[in-house]
Amino acid sequence: MLQQRMTGAEIVLKALVDQGVEVVFGYPGGAVLPLYDALFKQNRIRHVLTRHEQAAVHAAEGYARSTGKVGVVLVTSGPGATNAVTGLLDALLDSVPLVCLSGQVPTQLIGTDAFQEADTTGITRPCTKHNYLVKDVETLAGVMHEAFHVARTGRPGPVVVDLPKNVQVAEGTYVQAEEVRHKSYRPRVKGDAAQIEKAVALMASAKRPVFYCGGGVVNSGPAACAALAELVRDTGYPITLTLQGLGAFPASDKQFLGMLGMHGTYEANLAMHGCDVMVAIGARFDDRVTGRIDGFAPNAQIVHVDVDAASINKNVRADVAIVGDAGSVIADMHAAWRARDARPDAEALTLWWRQIDTWRARKCLAYGQSDTIIKPQYAIERLYQLTRDRETFITTEVGQHQMWAAQHFHFDRPLHWMTSGGLGTMGYGFPAALGVQIAHPESLVVCIAGEASFMMNMQEIATAVQYGLAAKVFILNNSYMGMVRQWQELLHGSRYSESRTEALPDIVKLADAFGCTGLVVDKPADLDATIRRMIDTPGPVLVDVRVDPDENCFPMIPSGATHDNMLLGELVGGRGPAVTEAGKGLV
Amino acid sequence: MRGDIVNAIETSETHTIAVLVDNEAGVLGRVIGLFSGRGYNIESLTVSEVDHRERLSRINIVTTGTPMVIEQIKAQLGRLVPVHRVRDLTADGPSVQRELALVKVASTGERRVESLRIADIFRARVVDSTNESFVFEIVGKTGKLDAFIRLMEPLGLVDVSRTGVAAISRGAESL
Repeated sequence: MLQQRMTGAEIVLKALVDQGVEVVFGYPGGAVLPLYDALFKQNRIRHVLTRHEQAAVHAAEGYARSTGKVGVVLVTSGPGATNAVTGLLDALLDSVPLVCLSGQVPTQLIGTDAFQEADTTGITRPCTKHNYLVKDVETLAGVMHEAFHVARTGRPGPVVVDLPKNVQVAEGTYVQAEEVRHKSYRPRVKGDAAQIEKAVALMASAKRPVFYCGGGVVNSGPAACAALAELVRDTGYPITLTLQGLGAFPASDKQFLGMLGMHGTYEANLAMHGCDVMVAIGARFDDRVTGRIDGFAPNAQIVHVDVDAASINKNVRADVAIVGDAGSVIADMHAAWRARDARPDAEALTLWWRQIDTWRARKCLAYGQSDTIIKPQYAIERLYQLTRDRETFITTEVGQHQMWAAQHFHFDRPLHWMTSGGLGTMGYGFPAALGVQIAHPESLVVCIAGEASFMMNMQEIATAVQYGLAAKVFILNNSYMGMVRQWQELLHGSRYSESRTEALPDIVKLADAFGCTGLVVDKPADLDATIRRMIDTPGPVLVDVRVDPDENCFPMIPSGATHDNMLLGELVGGRGPAVTEAGKGLV
Repeated sequence: MRGDIVNAIETSETHTIAVLVDNEAGVLGRVIGLFSGRGYNIESLTVSEVDHRERLSRINIVTTGTPMVIEQIKAQLGRLVPVHRVRDLTADGPSVQRELALVKVASTGERRVESLRIADIFRARVVDSTNESFVFEIVGKTGKLDAFIRLMEPLGLVDVSRTGVAAISRGAESL
């Protein structure tokens, strides 16, 4: 084959095209000028200019999460790269496939404290799945292809490729992706057949089973989610999903118990606590899910399926461990279940469902309605009801509104829910919504936000306006960092230290200043009309929903408590146990 | 009950883990960063290229932790992209472990003679000598080196340089 000689910048662009990339989110600077020049000279790849590098990464995350493709980011050296760090770690913790290209000072200046020099590979090493510093243009094409392969396979994650400026202008040879084979990286896809057989035998013998599934199923793809639904329906067992897993199984299905964890439903958490067999797929037993670990699911035999071997036996010991891709393992499990002609103990299962129904009857998500003030839960309920008949993508910021969105907005399909779970990054939701909107220009994209989170990346209104991105920001404005306020109320004697924002901008004027539409609503009676106006208004819309500032998010498993020790809202039986002194030390 | 299982496995163990990695920039940083970032112990760490043609390095790590932590360390090492193989030399059958130390003792008269006598017992070699000092080279298990260095302390020990543990499994099998 004829060898293709081109500059490093051209190699990068060609590799992006060959990897199927259509859009890059970025921000230019001195060390990436050759790359931006190469971008200028082509029309295959679209560049979206954000107003901050962190937002570029979150936008790429939204793009990736709503499409299943790799999101691509382009930032300059030094501050460009360091600004991207929060987004990279966010993507690492939530397993979002990204490739972040960063400029670097020329190789001969590395180590001299040159202008806008940062040890980017050093800084991002613990924030990425892998990273590269390309010092030789002849290795560049191979590294680019490898970066995409690493980002999208196994447990997906962010990969940084640091590109010194002289490498971008040097001439080198392009190689095709097919010619690149990594020396050591071989993520496991297929689960061990014997372990799967063991898992299915355990499932078949269960009397109080529960499926506990997470973002790993979503990451495995819509086919994996469909396979999960078939398996779950075939077994007749209840299923709960993690925050990242929402949409992996239809929320409208009777077998769905709702989200589990710190703000999960009463029935999901008690089913986890009381189960005798737990089938965990693509979920990582993080502390927000397990509560106090030594009291977690005390009588359960645990099957744990994960593509990441390090997620198994990290926090909770699994009785049957299966390393493999969720979709592949679910299919094999279902085949084994059918082959065995498994007939679970019907009587036990009936009793278990009866028990679950009594927990459900508590209606743990109920809240006190009001005619005079908008309850945040009500706002999300109405948003859900008024958008459910169209394709709607939801992103969130981080805090109370995020948990209410998880509780009161319902997802029947995967890839429609984008939220920062692992890192809990305020400022994620709005730029993520822009990335989603780029990927789905015809669909409704709503960022459910709090006013404090929104302000962390609100400069991106300019991006939305520039590209005509019609994403809506639905701000539940309570003038507080609501979750901080809630914890201060519950744990620190209602001493609201620095959690109230005294000087908030006028959202309508803010929208006006940036050249988009702003709406404000403060009466429950006006809510529906405002939501409809938001949907019907072309272009970006910011909605200032003035909500009850004192509302708390329940149910809640307080820090240091187990799943059977939940705080419930006053309407449904009120307060559970007080938070222990040990619990106060936990996050 | 799950709680009992947790208690039963909470005793700390020392393991020697061998890791075969691509000898590329930053690979040692990845391994060390993994240990510091996740709060694991490193008691000893050695690294050197062992296959010049394939550019593979071998890292030997001595670490302590509960069985669950040791398992987690191995899994975390295994998911690093440039890692080819991870092997627990403590868990996977017998192994040979050796360390080399250079030990400088500065003394005269009776103490000087005594240091030489003990070096002889430990089969340490003299690799440098002046009228007031010796440098001993000693090879052996970590415990033997510890014992030798302890005995040298009252005899004028002034400097120690140790390589850390190199380890390899017994028998015909390769890593």
